[in-house]
Amino acid sequence: MTDLNKSSLKEIVNLIKSKKISSLEVTKHFIKNIEKGKNLNSFITTCFEKSMNSAKEFDSKKNFDGLLSGIPIAVKDLFCTKNIKTTAGSKILENFVPTYESTVTDNLWSEGAFLLGKLNCDEFAMGSSNETSYFGNTINPVGKNLVPGGSSGGSASALAASLTPATIGTDTGGSIRQPASFTGTVGLKPTYGLCSRWGIVAFASSLDQAGPMTQNVEDCALMLEAMSGYDKKDSTSINKKKENYLKNLNQKIDGLKIGIPKEYRVENMPKEINDLWKKGIDILNKSGAKIIDISLPHTKYALPTYYIVAPAEASSNLARYDGVKFGYRSSKGNNLVEMYESTRGEGFGDEVKRRVLIGTYVLSSGYYDAYYIKAQKVRRLIKNDFDQCFKNVDAILTPSTPSSAFKIGEKTNDPISMYLNDVFTVPANLAGIPAISIPAGQDSEGHPLGIQLISKALDEQKILNIAFAMEKSIGHKQSLNRWWE
Amino acid sequence: MSIDKNQVKKVAKLSRILLEDSKLETLSKDLASILNFVEQLNKLDTNKTKPLSSVVDKTLEPRNDKVDDGKIKSQILKNSPNKNEDFFIVPKVIE
Repeated sequence: MTDLNKSSLKEIVNLIKSKKISSLEVTKHFIKNIEKGKNLNSFITTCFEKSMNSAKEFDSKKNFDGLLSGIPIAVKDLFCTKNIKTTAGSKILENFVPTYESTVTDNLWSEGAFLLGKLNCDEFAMGSSNETSYFGNTINPVGKNLVPGGSSGGSASALAASLTPATIGTDTGGSIRQPASFTGTVGLKPTYGLCSRWGIVAFASSLDQAGPMTQNVEDCALMLEAMSGYDKKDSTSINKKKENYLKNLNQKIDGLKIGIPKEYRVENMPKEINDLWKKGIDILNKSGAKIIDISLPHTKYALPTYYIVAPAEASSNLARYDGVKFGYRSSKGNNLVEMYESTRGEGFGDEVKRRVLIGTYVLSSGYYDAYYIKAQKVRRLIKNDFDQCFKNVDAILTPSTPSSAFKIGEKTNDPISMYLNDVFTVPANLAGIPAISIPAGQDSEGHPLGIQLISKALDEQKILNIAFAMEKSIGHKQSLNRWWE
Repeated sequence: MSIDKNQVKKVAKLSRILLEDSKLETLSKDLASILNFVEQLNKLDTNKTKPLSSVVDKTLEPRNDKVDDGKIKSQILKNSPNKNEDFFIVPKVIE
């Protein structure tokens, strides 16, 4: 019997399609893992009965046409799932049961997958450690005192612990790539507009993008293929033909030009991160790629730009939580405005409040030009930097994060030190371009470190191919001793 | 940039968030440190730069000017914390 804990998504799909295993057996396996993995707190909601029924239904009427035939999948609790509670990690949505399904999850179900449960995340995806969730922090399977990263921390934790064969997250400033890096897994943020935002709880609409989180690059190509595609219900969805990322995946990167941006050598960067970066450069060099030094001069302004643009958009998006149409309502307050204030005061956590306040401040009369318009102008400069560079290079290689996973509680009292985690990931969101993080090594304590590849818009296939080639040369295969069981 | 407790109260009022007085001190410090951090942007000359609000260069397609209530009233009302058959119920607004 195959050890499903060691099988990739693609392998499980093939086992099901070759009738070596039933969908129900696969589903039961992951349910058992989830039950044994409760200590990780990576799930907010499970729907085992529904998953078992879907599996039985699949087995009784096998249909192997889908990319994900018979596969149970857990998703970040930011995707609306019809008739299944969707909380966004917030008290204010604690009892919200959507009457509709997000396009991205719907796409997965159309390919034959079904829902296993909803994964913990930072409240409204605002956080880099999963510690802002109303439902408690998630543990990194790499080490019991470590955060899994965030905001898709529950997704990364569940994936690394084999509680789901693959998963999806959302990435507004690094929320897929940073947790992937912290847990030794693969995470891709697609081009803005490649995956529909419809039915995803909104954080910062000009930056939010859903993407796959998987054990390896092949699975990543498979999931991206399944979840992406034009959607007329999302006004910023890109109308283009669907790509066959998995079929077109190859390791031929000979002659590709890879840019190394000097501005990513940030102050106080640990030697381990720098060494990892060098190792990545060596691997690409040996694979026949051409390494080119490049400059992205406005890199250091990306994070301050992000911390104006994202809270500004968040404060507008979160205006909908008024205790009237859906979500939590406070019983306090003598009139409508007081009811709003109490509802939001009680319903939002500290980090969400901070960001809504900052957003409201930078959008308020007298400050709008100085902060918000200024940030949008710098956003253009950052995008121009990338546009210039991609005239000369095919992809850019950088570290994914400035450190490995940090300890639970280590950064909760200092918002800025928490925000600095996103220093390498935020620029791709501001420019709307794709970026992937793959595991590339470990630090001295054995904690995983990721490396990031960035390309121009809609060049996902190229970074997938480079990542595929690098993955093979790195030969990293994470093996955790399942201490949490 | 410093931001005092009264300014925090004012922004909280604009944001419709009730804050406990005990949290004002820490919050004003947090907000000041975030604002200090983002003010690095002032070092850049952006007089000739146009703001970028979206990376998707696309104008919204007009839709037909036709009333469509979606026929989903019950679904829309379903998650409301206080409603009757046709309406959301809110605290009294007009005296």
